[in-house]
Amino acid sequence: MAPSAVSAPRVKRPASGWRAWLGVVPFFLFAILFLILPSVKLFVGSFADNQGNFTFKNLLQLFTEPSILNAYWLSIRISAVTAIGGGIFGFLLAYSVTIGGLPKALRSLLITFSGVASNFAGVPLAFAFVATLGRTGFVTALMKNVFHLSIYDTGFNLYSFVGLSFTYMYFQFPLMVLIMAPALDGLKREWREAAENLGASRTQYWLQIALPVLLPSILGSMILLFGNAFGAYATAYALTGGALPIVTIQIGAQIRGDVLHNPGLGYAMAMGMVFIMAVSLAGYSWLQGRTERWLR
Amino acid sequence: MTAQAPIAAPPKERTLIAHSRTRRAFPLWSWLWFILGALYFILPLYATLDFSLHMERGVIGLKAYGAAFSDPEFARTFGYSVFLAAVTIIVSVLLVVPTAYWIRLRLPEARRLVEFITLLPFVIPAIILVFGMIRIYSSPVEIPFTSIRLLAPLTTSKLGTNALIVAGYVVLGLPYMYRSVDTGMRTVDVRTLTEAAQSLGANWLTIMSRVILPNLRTALLSGALLTFAIVLGEVVLASYLGLPTFGPYLFLLGQHRAYEPAALTFTTFLLTWAAMGIIQLITGGQGQVAGAH
Repeated sequence: MAPSAVSAPRVKRPASGWRAWLGVVPFFLFAILFLILPSVKLFVGSFADNQGNFTFKNLLQLFTEPSILNAYWLSIRISAVTAIGGGIFGFLLAYSVTIGGLPKALRSLLITFSGVASNFAGVPLAFAFVATLGRTGFVTALMKNVFHLSIYDTGFNLYSFVGLSFTYMYFQFPLMVLIMAPALDGLKREWREAAENLGASRTQYWLQIALPVLLPSILGSMILLFGNAFGAYATAYALTGGALPIVTIQIGAQIRGDVLHNPGLGYAMAMGMVFIMAVSLAGYSWLQGRTERWLR
Repeated sequence: MTAQAPIAAPPKERTLIAHSRTRRAFPLWSWLWFILGALYFILPLYATLDFSLHMERGVIGLKAYGAAFSDPEFARTFGYSVFLAAVTIIVSVLLVVPTAYWIRLRLPEARRLVEFITLLPFVIPAIILVFGMIRIYSSPVEIPFTSIRLLAPLTTSKLGTNALIVAGYVVLGLPYMYRSVDTGMRTVDVRTLTEAAQSLGANWLTIMSRVILPNLRTALLSGALLTFAIVLGEVVLASYLGLPTFGPYLFLLGQHRAYEPAALTFTTFLLTWAAMGIIQLITGGQGQVAGAH
């Protein structure tokens, strides 16, 4: 970039000069080209009308267009349900293998399996659940043969909100296990002993010491789970083929062909999603910061 | 409590005893949660395996696997995905290692900014990323306010589309690769290693290739395996950029076949398992989380 600087003598200084920044130019160049520019394009586009003039109309229309509101509401509900459900179940699992008194071998087994399951998503996950809970799935048949219960007659349907939630849970609660296990390890034995010496019961210890210490971590992780489900696309598409119009699927339709008949509105929809993801990540890192005061 | 604990027992043992005294001897609830969790993990896999083995009526066999693997389209798309994964890994190592190294050694003030950038892919899901990429690179890239053309539209040429998807995959893997490498550099103390190498007269290339990279092999391997797992199952970028990789192939196969997709699903799971198992083995840590959900 500046060939004249190369011949200058190399001096080691405590504060790095501008030349030190040359070392990170490739990284920043890459980030700008393939991460920043595409995002900025969507951002700028969301403020432009069909003629390219500046407008707030697209952003306002996000809150008035029923199909978009429905998509957001569906995504929010499914993310919230699987974040809370997965969060609670993941917490209980993490508890059982850390301080719940299970053999130590089960812990590494669960952690490894969680690592796999939280990465096992998309098309294969959808297929696995079709084989399990689909109309001719393994569990469906099992229920019919053993309990004489046809789960599809009870109103269950894999290709619906409930079914998709069950499927999302497969990568949601393992993620919770992976985050919560170290946090539960951080509960100091001295706290429990001190509580016991002061005459606290098990319930009192949990309600007044352990849970308050863990709460930011639990909430933070659930927020992370929320974002995790919110950004999911392939699992939902492979399972329902677009029948459940969550935000990611709506955006996909907008990319393929301008289904909203307004490119700017499509960009605004994408930006709304980025906004929700950013808020959830910020919430997670803020709460994680609060946790570290105690657990570390 | 501590006074009563057996003195000779190692610390872990003592924790167990101390706990068992305050709760029931048999952790009933813990077992219950664990078994529920295990069922949730295993049932879908078992169901998939079971289904994939029953292609021939009344016979348990590997016919579906044979049929799936012998499809030339499978070999083509799977090979293509593996190729893309390899290129992605090489590019991200070349991008991340020198950057993380330089930041540790020379430019600590850039740390926060770079870490922020590596976390951005968590905020920008694949569908948004590909949306933006298509809108930017489907028309020629020009210098703003002029008509000087820097780059022909990438999405119209094969090479351009491939470059775009590799770039996208590097972005998706960036958080994991960067964190893995950065943690690796912290544990091996690159500064001391560099100074030692310098005092022995090594140049930068030697330091990188013979000192830093070999010392990072665990971190690199775990980052690479994770990237591999992401790329192999990825559908969004591939299908919107219109590239025939394994993910879209599996999806299409699922539209008109029953047993072969199940066989490939189970195979994918085994591959994910292998990748994560190796990461677990070499890092001995908590494992990492990625996701092309």
